[in-house]
Amino acid sequence: MLYYFIRRLLQGIIVLAGVTLFIFVLSRVIPGGAARGALGARATPGQIASFNRLNGYDLPVLDQLWHFVKGLVLHFNLGYSYKNNQPVSTLIAGRLPKTLVLVGISTVFALIVAVPLGIFQTVRRYKPEDYLFTGISFLLYAMPSFLIGLLLILYFAVDLKWFPIAAPSATTVGGILADPRALVLPVLTLSAITIASFSRYMRSSMMDVLTQDYIRTAKAKGVSSRSVLYRHALRNALIPIVTLLGLSIPGIVGGAVITETVFNYPGMGLLAYNAALNLDIPLLLGTTFVAAIATIVGNFVADVLYAVVDPRIRYGKR
Amino acid sequence: MAAMDPGEYSSEDLALIREDTGGLVTLEGPDAGEVAGHGGFIRQVARVFVENKLAVVGAVLLLLIILFCVLGPVFYHTNQTNAQNALLNSTPTLPPSAAHPLGTDESGFDVLGRLMYGGQTSLEIGYAAAAVATLVGVLWGAISGFFGGVVDAVMMRLVDIFLSFPTIFLLITLTVIFHASVGLLILVLGFTAWLVPARLVRGETLTLRVREYVQAVRVMGGKNSRVVLRHIVPNAVGTIVVNATFQVADAILFLAALGYLGLGVPAPRTDWGSMLSNGISYVAGGYWWLIYPPAILIVLTVISLNFIGDALRDALEVRLQRR
Repeated sequence: MLYYFIRRLLQGIIVLAGVTLFIFVLSRVIPGGAARGALGARATPGQIASFNRLNGYDLPVLDQLWHFVKGLVLHFNLGYSYKNNQPVSTLIAGRLPKTLVLVGISTVFALIVAVPLGIFQTVRRYKPEDYLFTGISFLLYAMPSFLIGLLLILYFAVDLKWFPIAAPSATTVGGILADPRALVLPVLTLSAITIASFSRYMRSSMMDVLTQDYIRTAKAKGVSSRSVLYRHALRNALIPIVTLLGLSIPGIVGGAVITETVFNYPGMGLLAYNAALNLDIPLLLGTTFVAAIATIVGNFVADVLYAVVDPRIRYGKR
Repeated sequence: MAAMDPGEYSSEDLALIREDTGGLVTLEGPDAGEVAGHGGFIRQVARVFVENKLAVVGAVLLLLIILFCVLGPVFYHTNQTNAQNALLNSTPTLPPSAAHPLGTDESGFDVLGRLMYGGQTSLEIGYAAAAVATLVGVLWGAISGFFGGVVDAVMMRLVDIFLSFPTIFLLITLTVIFHASVGLLILVLGFTAWLVPARLVRGETLTLRVREYVQAVRVMGGKNSRVVLRHIVPNAVGTIVVNATFQVADAILFLAALGYLGLGVPAPRTDWGSMLSNGISYVAGGYWWLIYPPAILIVLTVISLNFIGDALRDALEVRLQRR
């Protein structure tokens, strides 16, 4: 287990180093250079030269990389957003918790809905209910998520007036949690596709497990079908869901960009969208970097969890 | 290219090798074997489609949508490129009528004609991006899996690195830095999508490279490139085709998302996502004809592709079991 943990940790660090290098490369290949991006198209060559000298852009590339990594590790320096006149890390630090709240609630909500739904579909397999939910999954898969958000707004906010149109406008995480009604539609939007994929996966995982020998053995011993389902099948069918959870993290974090834009939710996704609109490339790269870190950490946690729940991994790998 | 029966394939391999080594290639040339293999695959796909009703529905729908976009403008002439003309000759946001079966949009463009015009872009980018992703991913995965060891470790860590970026963030960053154009969108969408086929094909390659027929090719002095391109990749074609089908669907959805974020195809061209996104900004006016037509076409296209992909996957899993 320890061996597996260390190996997985090292792998994560290598990937993190690669991600950092890629972000560094992107930040240096901006057409026109960082100086043009910061000073605008009408900057004089003299201004550009002094900007480059001040920010160390005139140094050899490897020195630049060294300064970039050093700043990142020591001060979490992600660069400076000239459009907002604030350090990128300050801007992100203010927004990231809200995105984590949205992503966290949506993921938990998706699991709470999808796992029972998958079990229900397995119990009623090949019956009309099963086909109905499979059909809905297909539909959700095929809808761009901003369309899901828009339709939810149209029906539940504009027509029925059950929920507000925009997301919580509070600036703190506490303020957002204090207004749960405004969180309903964003969470539904962000979890819709996750629910579709989780429930389908859960269904096929359950069906898979039900064909295993130990299920037949349990049935032959006279275990009730209810107990077979929940004690023997469910516990084994849940294992792959942990992997799926890890694999879904980039999708959910990415989905937050769309959801936050649709509902004007003040998280990191909306920050990235605004950065894209304003051509604020340092900020955009910063959000991309943090999103990648979130994915790496999420994947690591999922893999460790997977080893915890599945003894075959724990004891299998030396 | 794929002969599904390994036994049949290895005899073909022997023929190929004989050719490679300048030996006796006379009666059964490599082409004969390939054609037979190809027919086998197509026949198998055809059988799947007859058996699976949803796949038939999906294939027919997709064909109709493609015909609508490609041939539609031949029969239904509209101006979709000249914005000034559109404003001069029609009224913006006109509800559906005889002259404009689906009304006009906020710039005075005929919506029905625009669906065809935008659909061409969506489909073109979707298919091209999937082709780029599949080509790069297949070669990457096959090479990585075939050579193994350090090569494999380095190539797969690179895949891990790019997989760590949530796709939409990478898409936004790359389109903003390099300015969106149709060509760039194809490359960017392809660049974010090749990772999955690379992993899948690597997995297949790891099992394929220890097969007898691959070993036979190597023993007889077949070059590495021949082993990878003629023997490993063709035998992974099932996985590749299934994944490519889903790639097209994903690319169309991601393109729509980029359109929504205002980073889609630049004017005067448009795509379904950008149309939908424009319509949404007018949602308060009740202009349903700006929203539902592109939305329905996106959903139908993606559902069709998913039906086809699922049917193919089911069929090819059956094949795997039979082995």
